[in-house]
Amino acid sequence: MSALILAWHSDVAWSFRRSPVAVVSLMVVLILVLAAVFAPLIAPYNPFDPASLNLMNGFSKPMEPNAFTGDTFWLGTDDQGRDVFSTILYGMRISLFVGFTAVLFALVLGVTLGLVAGYVGGWTETIIMRIADVQLTFPAILVAMLIFGIAKGVTPVEHRDEVAIWVLIIAIGLSDWVQFARVVRGATLVERNKEYVMAAKLIGRKPGAIMLRHILPNVLSPVLVIATISLALAIIAEATLSFLGVGAPPTQPSLGTLIRIGQGFLFSGEWWIILFPAVTLLVLALSVNLLGDWLRDALNPKLR
Amino acid sequence: MNRNSEATLSVRDLIVDIPTRHSVLRPVDRVSFDIAPGEILGVVGESGAGKSMTGNAVIGLLTRPAHIASGEIWLNGDRIDHLQGEPMRRLRGKQIGMVFQDPLTSLNPLLTIGDQLRETILEHLDVSKDEAHQRAIDGLKEVGIPAAEERIDAYPHQFSGGMRQRVVIALALCAEPSFIIADEPTTALDVSVQAQIIALLRRLCRERQTAVMLITHDMGVIAEATDRVAVMYAGRLAELGPTKDVLTDPKHPYSIGLMGSTPLASAGKERLTQIEGAMPRLDSLPDGCAFHPRCEHARERCRQNPEPRLEAYQNRAACWFVEDLYL
Amino acid sequence: MAQANAMLAFTIQRVFQSIVVLLVVGLVAFSMFRFVGDPIDNMLGQERTDADIERLRGELGLDQPFVIQYAKFLGKAVQGDFGVSYRQGRPVSSILKERAPATLELAAVSGFLAIFFGVVLGVFTAIRRDGVAANIVLATSLIGVSLPTFLIGILLIYLFAVELGWLPSFGRGDTVKIGGWTTGFLTWSGLQALILPSITLGLYQMTLIMRLVRSEMLEVLRADYIRFARARGLKEKTVNFRHALKNTLVPVITVTGLQLGAIIAFAIITETVFQWPGVGLLFINAIQFVDIPVMAAYLMLISVMFVGINLIVDILYFNIDPRLRVDRSSAEG
Repeated sequence: MSALILAWHSDVAWSFRRSPVAVVSLMVVLILVLAAVFAPLIAPYNPFDPASLNLMNGFSKPMEPNAFTGDTFWLGTDDQGRDVFSTILYGMRISLFVGFTAVLFALVLGVTLGLVAGYVGGWTETIIMRIADVQLTFPAILVAMLIFGIAKGVTPVEHRDEVAIWVLIIAIGLSDWVQFARVVRGATLVERNKEYVMAAKLIGRKPGAIMLRHILPNVLSPVLVIATISLALAIIAEATLSFLGVGAPPTQPSLGTLIRIGQGFLFSGEWWIILFPAVTLLVLALSVNLLGDWLRDALNPKLR
Repeated sequence: MNRNSEATLSVRDLIVDIPTRHSVLRPVDRVSFDIAPGEILGVVGESGAGKSMTGNAVIGLLTRPAHIASGEIWLNGDRIDHLQGEPMRRLRGKQIGMVFQDPLTSLNPLLTIGDQLRETILEHLDVSKDEAHQRAIDGLKEVGIPAAEERIDAYPHQFSGGMRQRVVIALALCAEPSFIIADEPTTALDVSVQAQIIALLRRLCRERQTAVMLITHDMGVIAEATDRVAVMYAGRLAELGPTKDVLTDPKHPYSIGLMGSTPLASAGKERLTQIEGAMPRLDSLPDGCAFHPRCEHARERCRQNPEPRLEAYQNRAACWFVEDLYL
Repeated sequence: MAQANAMLAFTIQRVFQSIVVLLVVGLVAFSMFRFVGDPIDNMLGQERTDADIERLRGELGLDQPFVIQYAKFLGKAVQGDFGVSYRQGRPVSSILKERAPATLELAAVSGFLAIFFGVVLGVFTAIRRDGVAANIVLATSLIGVSLPTFLIGILLIYLFAVELGWLPSFGRGDTVKIGGWTTGFLTWSGLQALILPSITLGLYQMTLIMRLVRSEMLEVLRADYIRFARARGLKEKTVNFRHALKNTLVPVITVTGLQLGAIIAFAIITETVFQWPGVGLLFINAIQFVDIPVMAAYLMLISVMFVGINLIVDILYFNIDPRLRVDRSSAEG
């Protein structure tokens, strides 16, 4: 409890309370994350349970009783009578799961390689950072597409849908580790020559222990900032890939997949099928971005 | 206000304020002085004493939120403290020149020195491009740049620090201003070229009868170049008088301390002395005389009442007990 | 003399680095080709004999050592031979040749829009940093960064094609063939068709360039030489544009170059939204159908472009900043 009180009075918390944008963004992100986690409890229908679907309910407008069945859906239904509100909740689950896991993967990979590169130096460092440089030349989304394409080629056709989500996570994660590695390597280079690390070396600690105990805590705040910004990018990347049809499989539609499906109905006037998933995605990405922006200013004014 | 009509520059009771969230800081507090044509006034003081702020106020380059709160600035008989925007811009370069501290950063790295000279000349003087070019070359020759005809097309990074400061001086003088502000013009230079730059500045201003405000914290430069000297402390003038007198016979306790801590000014004395403590920050100025916490002669009056203000040319030191101290 | 030498040494060094990058990318492309899926499977149908397999194996050189195969692959790639598309059964090079003009025209227009408006708005928001209009532009740009490209495209289609009916929602319109190049610039419908896709593609890059120009310019405006330029009484216009902008553009050029490369990659998304018949749409279809030769060729092609753009940017940089250009020791006075 006292730790909580202490945290509340810290500089970061102070700047948080003074920034309405940060407070609102954090609340929106929390609400969306909770809604996604508890989707099975909140959603009025399970859109993937064929038993609950009634094709007669197809193309119901939002807040209007269906002409055939008289059922009313908040945000309307799609062509197969699926409740749009429920599909959004389940779709957000996939989007957030992919986003969080991909960033976690990129973080672990990038921080590890950055620490190793910065601490070990020499050839190891040269190779790691050269790969980072070459990869950075190409936009992350292109790298992710390529990895997705290769993985699809390697996987037997009958298993493609099952592994698609994990392939997506790895593709986005692999396309995003470079930022982490660069910052951590930079910070490690600075910390490595400080006296306390020298002292740890002198008393015979192993390199791994030194990195974990002494260097890692010092690079946490920039890593946190990059992770937040990366989360927004990963959510957008996932949506983009799924929209392009090279992401989440039709059996597990994410927000991007929903928008891809909805695009077809835009011309025929069923605007709600695309509008609500699109707005959800935008609000999610924007609030994570704003949160990241604020975090960057609050934790490390020098990191631009 | 007894303005001196002979002077090129007259500053009267100048106050510069910086409003902050909590209070109003006053980096320049009721400062008055004159500079005559061809005269070099040295302004000394520690960093933060208000020297540069005074210079920036005169040339109209205070950065917001700093601004002139009150007082008067007269240049060649015209009042300029209230000028804004376009009229002030026309004055800069044409009537007031300025030399900055660091010649490495005060020239635009992407333009040749000729570009920068010509644009300044064309901005202020009604001459053709060819004339401007010729004037630029003459200006470079005057400040002692060898092979000026060729070097005029060189970029700033192709010059050494001392040469660059000569270029900066040529730039400050190229539109023939009647007054220039030199803000620590030698601080960033090698000791070996400092004297050259000071001598150059002195010679050019004598020849052209240009008035100079020479801001520095280097007593050597003061002794070398200036006719009169103003000592600033915490935004206020502590002492103002002929250089020779102030150096050899300082009146204000702060000046006395300053001279005592300078090898040059205290030549012949047994040992260097130092002033206890540090100059107060602007947000925590003491009541009474700003110097009293560090003054060994401070009395009740100094703690209660702000020090007396210097009227230009009347008193020399802003201290209640100037006479007493020497009795 | 010294100048020309420095330039030459610099260029050679950069060209060498570029070649190394291309060799690495070539290795990735070749590995895809060689190890992802079985090329024999893909090229021969269901009815095949062992003799067929052996023959094809020999023809493709799959029985040779890896390095030799790689060298041959590179040799062919340099000549523009990327093999035959699994899906279309035609040489990849001729498919690419057909598709490239559409993407390049779209990228060129978007790039121009992004740079022009990015720089103009960046300078505007920096000079008027406290102005209301500048702050509105800035706030909007943050939404722009969070808005995925495909949503911008859909939004534009909905507004201008579906609701207002002013502009076409997909395709390139009528094109004119000049030599081997099909252009949409010369027909009215071609130009109309370009508007929405090029805005969609350019908007995100424009936002990035704008924000970068703004922050660099604010930094430059604090520099001593800007204060000195003001102290010399130069006009505000001269200070902002002749002195500040030029210095701002030096770092901006690097990033902008990379952004232009990114435009070609992001064209994949825009081309999908607008069914624009370029190489990006080709690539997405190739991924969906695991058409490895097309994927490999696209990767190689886009790398050459990226590396080329990087090289040009580096050399441009070298020419703009005199500090990099001249041999310092000879000039030190």
